[in-house]
Amino acid sequence: MSKLINLAKIIRTKNSGPFVLTIDIILKDKEIYERLKKKNYFSREWWAKTYNIDIEDVLSIVYFDPVCAVKANIRRFVSSGDFGDTDVYGAQQHAPLLEVEIDENC
Amino acid sequence: MLKIYSPTAILGYGFPIESYKKALELNPDVIAVDAGSTDPGPYYLGKGISFVEKEATKRDLSLLLEMAKKKDIPLIIGSAGGCGTKTSVEWTLNIVKEICKKEKMHFNIALIFSDVSKERVLQALRKGKIKSLDGSHELKENDVLNSTNIVAQIGVKPFIDALEKNSQIIIAGRSYDPNPFSALPLMKGYDRGLSFHLGKILECGAIACEPGSGRDGLMGVIFEDRFEVFPLDERKKCTVLSVASHTLYEKSDPYHLYGPDGMINLEDTVFLQKDERTVIVKGSKFIPSVKKWIKIEGAEFLGYRGVCIAGIRDPIMISKIDEILKAQYKILEENFPKLLGQYKISFHIYGKNGVMGPWEKEKRTSHELGLVIEVLSKNRKITKTILGFIRSSLLHFGYEGRISTAGNLAFPFSPAESIWGEAYRFSVYHLINEELEFPMEVFKI
Repeated sequence: MSKLINLAKIIRTKNSGPFVLTIDIILKDKEIYERLKKKNYFSREWWAKTYNIDIEDVLSIVYFDPVCAVKANIRRFVSSGDFGDTDVYGAQQHAPLLEVEIDENC
Repeated sequence: MLKIYSPTAILGYGFPIESYKKALELNPDVIAVDAGSTDPGPYYLGKGISFVEKEATKRDLSLLLEMAKKKDIPLIIGSAGGCGTKTSVEWTLNIVKEICKKEKMHFNIALIFSDVSKERVLQALRKGKIKSLDGSHELKENDVLNSTNIVAQIGVKPFIDALEKNSQIIIAGRSYDPNPFSALPLMKGYDRGLSFHLGKILECGAIACEPGSGRDGLMGVIFEDRFEVFPLDERKKCTVLSVASHTLYEKSDPYHLYGPDGMINLEDTVFLQKDERTVIVKGSKFIPSVKKWIKIEGAEFLGYRGVCIAGIRDPIMISKIDEILKAQYKILEENFPKLLGQYKISFHIYGKNGVMGPWEKEKRTSHELGLVIEVLSKNRKITKTILGFIRSSLLHFGYEGRISTAGNLAFPFSPAESIWGEAYRFSVYHLINEELEFPMEVFKI
């Protein structure tokens, strides 16, 4: 088990439109990336658990090979800038990912 | 070969003068710049104003207009004035006019408007020609009626039309970000996949570099079979990682980038390092859309927002913060029964879950809390009444176990609260399947 923060080059979140938060993880090691991708380690269940959200709110997951990246799109709890929003740009929603542990030898 | 200069991520964000001089030496064929975004939230679209200050936009425009004149090349501005409404296109035009008057420059100018009337959207809605997009709600008539502004993201055709009319300066309303960059290559017959993909990379300026920067420029060079990108600041570099990962940025699917004219398909795209600072991209394809679905964006007025900022350091109060705040709703109800339902309150508790709200998993609370009390109502006076009342009620609230009886809040400011003014929300973020007209004005100044 390793902390994701040690396996990743970039971990970031940002809005993809006002209603969706898009999360990017770019991994350092191609072999680990391939293994995790093959297992679909970053499944909808995994994202739902990590963000404390319903599985239906995980809209899609995409693996992007050119840079060993996995991306998840999750529904915002309110749209950007609406009453009750906490992060208009969605740029500070990556923190839970810095804590999670990954079984890179899965 | 065609060279496209992208000076900055957003017109008004600025760029180093050294990078600008470098671009001048390289003789670009066109200057293109994106000015807009939905990122800063719904307020700017709701009001029809820019999120960048006038003086900052004027500084960038002065230099870019000078280059356009000197090199006799077009300058294309997409999503002018940030939100791309008619008011923000005209705001940008007025800045251009001021500069031209002062510098005694003359240009053929094209304005492209992308506002869509409420009636048009309502008609389409009734005919079932609207669908939601990227997690947006199902559109209701009220969402449309309550919107102050609705704009459509225009495709590339109006830009090409404007270039064909010999426009030297194009100021366009809300546009698909890559289009100002893709217009000239497309007009000259370059490959559509490459032209659009290059536009996508250039639209954020030097963000697609290492180190990335939103206030610096990038040069794109398109050939028949590939394009190349490199930064103008010689200390920055484009790497396969920086360029390819930019394709991920702010987009839900990096392999399929949808726009008003169709989709850029990156499944066969190859990113290659040409030299230390230049990346070559090949293989991007364009798949035109069969049915034309155009994105529309609208914002709705919610009311007037008032905010009060306070700090809390008392550990007994911090341990009971949720129940203390909950009690305020009841006190308000008792004191203002007639206003019930006319206001909304949001407590932002920094040090607890201020940033992540319901997504917060960290259970520990900080030893001090930053409390932002937000009140919203349709009426400025009600907002002020409720906010002022919560402030005083919370300041003197006698919670259980309290031993500090002088006051519960540390206010950094006097007055402790402020009415911020209008608040909006994104009411429309949908696709419309209607033939929309985008009026254009061409004239000389």
